[in-house]
Amino acid sequence: MADHDYGEHRLHSLLGVIPVGLFLVVHLTVNYQATKGPEAFNQAASFMESLPYLLFLEIVMIYLPILFHAILGVYIAFTAKNNVRNFGFFRNWMFLLQRLSGLFLVIFLAWHIWETRIAMALGTPLNYELMAHILSNPGIIIFYVAGILCAVYHFSNGLWSFCVHWGILVSPKSQKIGSYVALAVFVLLAYVGIRALFAFI
Amino acid sequence: MSEVSHPKTIQLIITRQEGPDSTPYKEKFAVPYRPNMNVISALMAIRRNPVNAEGEKTSPPQWEMSCLEEVCGACSMVINGRPRQACTALIDKLEKPVRLEPMKTFPIVRDLVVDRTRMFNALKKVKAWIPIDGTYDLGPGPRMAESKRQWAYELSKCMTCGVCLEACPNVNSKSSFMGPAPLSQVRLFNAHPTGAMNQAERLHAIMGKGGIEGCGNSQNCVEVCPKGIPLTTSIAALNRATVVQSFKDFFGSDNQ
Repeated sequence: MADHDYGEHRLHSLLGVIPVGLFLVVHLTVNYQATKGPEAFNQAASFMESLPYLLFLEIVMIYLPILFHAILGVYIAFTAKNNVRNFGFFRNWMFLLQRLSGLFLVIFLAWHIWETRIAMALGTPLNYELMAHILSNPGIIIFYVAGILCAVYHFSNGLWSFCVHWGILVSPKSQKIGSYVALAVFVLLAYVGIRALFAFI
Repeated sequence: MSEVSHPKTIQLIITRQEGPDSTPYKEKFAVPYRPNMNVISALMAIRRNPVNAEGEKTSPPQWEMSCLEEVCGACSMVINGRPRQACTALIDKLEKPVRLEPMKTFPIVRDLVVDRTRMFNALKKVKAWIPIDGTYDLGPGPRMAESKRQWAYELSKCMTCGVCLEACPNVNSKSSFMGPAPLSQVRLFNAHPTGAMNQAERLHAIMGKGGIEGCGNSQNCVEVCPKGIPLTTSIAALNRATVVQSFKDFFGSDNQ
């Protein structure tokens, strides 16, 4: 990993969008069902749980890509020597926030998976009541708001970086318009995520 | 005579270091003001009279310089927090006291003198030249379109000054990333019609250790480049070129 292999960095960038980023969009959309009431959410959640070969899908489409992305990502984050104090440019801030949000997400996701998916595997039914119970603590609400905003930011800014790393956005103009598109993605997904969160409170 | 009143002396705070492994320290200087001074002439004034602000005799701070017109890159240093050339840093336009530091991304030789060897090693690694040496005259090469020559010329302005490496958060002792300047040279030499004959070699070089993967898109390089080189456009263009190259390598044939 120390030799900055081209392939694994490209894979890191790709996995961040497909499948991890796509899963985030699906996940937030399922959550959004909670705005229509507990039954709608429970129905959407049980549909996800009823998918065939679910564990295989989870391992291949979620766990392994997230693990790879997180491990290489933590290494990348700690390789940078951030310098926004002397170079307070927009992109340099985005660069720093991408690393900070990623590091926070490692903690948030570990916690989140522990109290939802692993709790479900240990026998707690995963439904509206479980989330409403988790979110009855104001500290946890703040933790979840931060987690959702970090995830959405990390995805939307990462989408931009993906487009640059894969040579899709090359000209300065396209990169600038790409930034606005990423901002729109951030705003829309943040609305979906936060509104769904408050449907459990 | 100008109506504007100027200070009689200019204060400078210089980060000094006796040798590569010595502990750095700051030393203050006050030099007599003269009109149109730049950082180089202020350093020269200290060298003529190496006395610090406390009036103690000291060793004159060392720095490098050559062209004095911002085309050689030798006098790059960190001036008031920003890496730039000392020759074009005009005292009248700088915040006082003027803080001078070496570019710490590079090994420090002494005071403001740094060793930029890593940049020249990177240029060798990416083969930033066009190999035309041989035993017989190869004749004239293919022509280059004028429109292409115009943007390629901008890339050729790079003077290997190191300012982009100093500003890049991913160029540091923890990483082997070669930095933006040598990457942009790959684009320059691959754009040349004769140089393009070896483009796969250069792309493979930047797909290796310390290559283009080190870029994290902080885009500080393009903001600080004194020559206004579109470094991030070069890197993005090389991202595309390396993706295409890797597909050719994996799926294709005749891919050199």
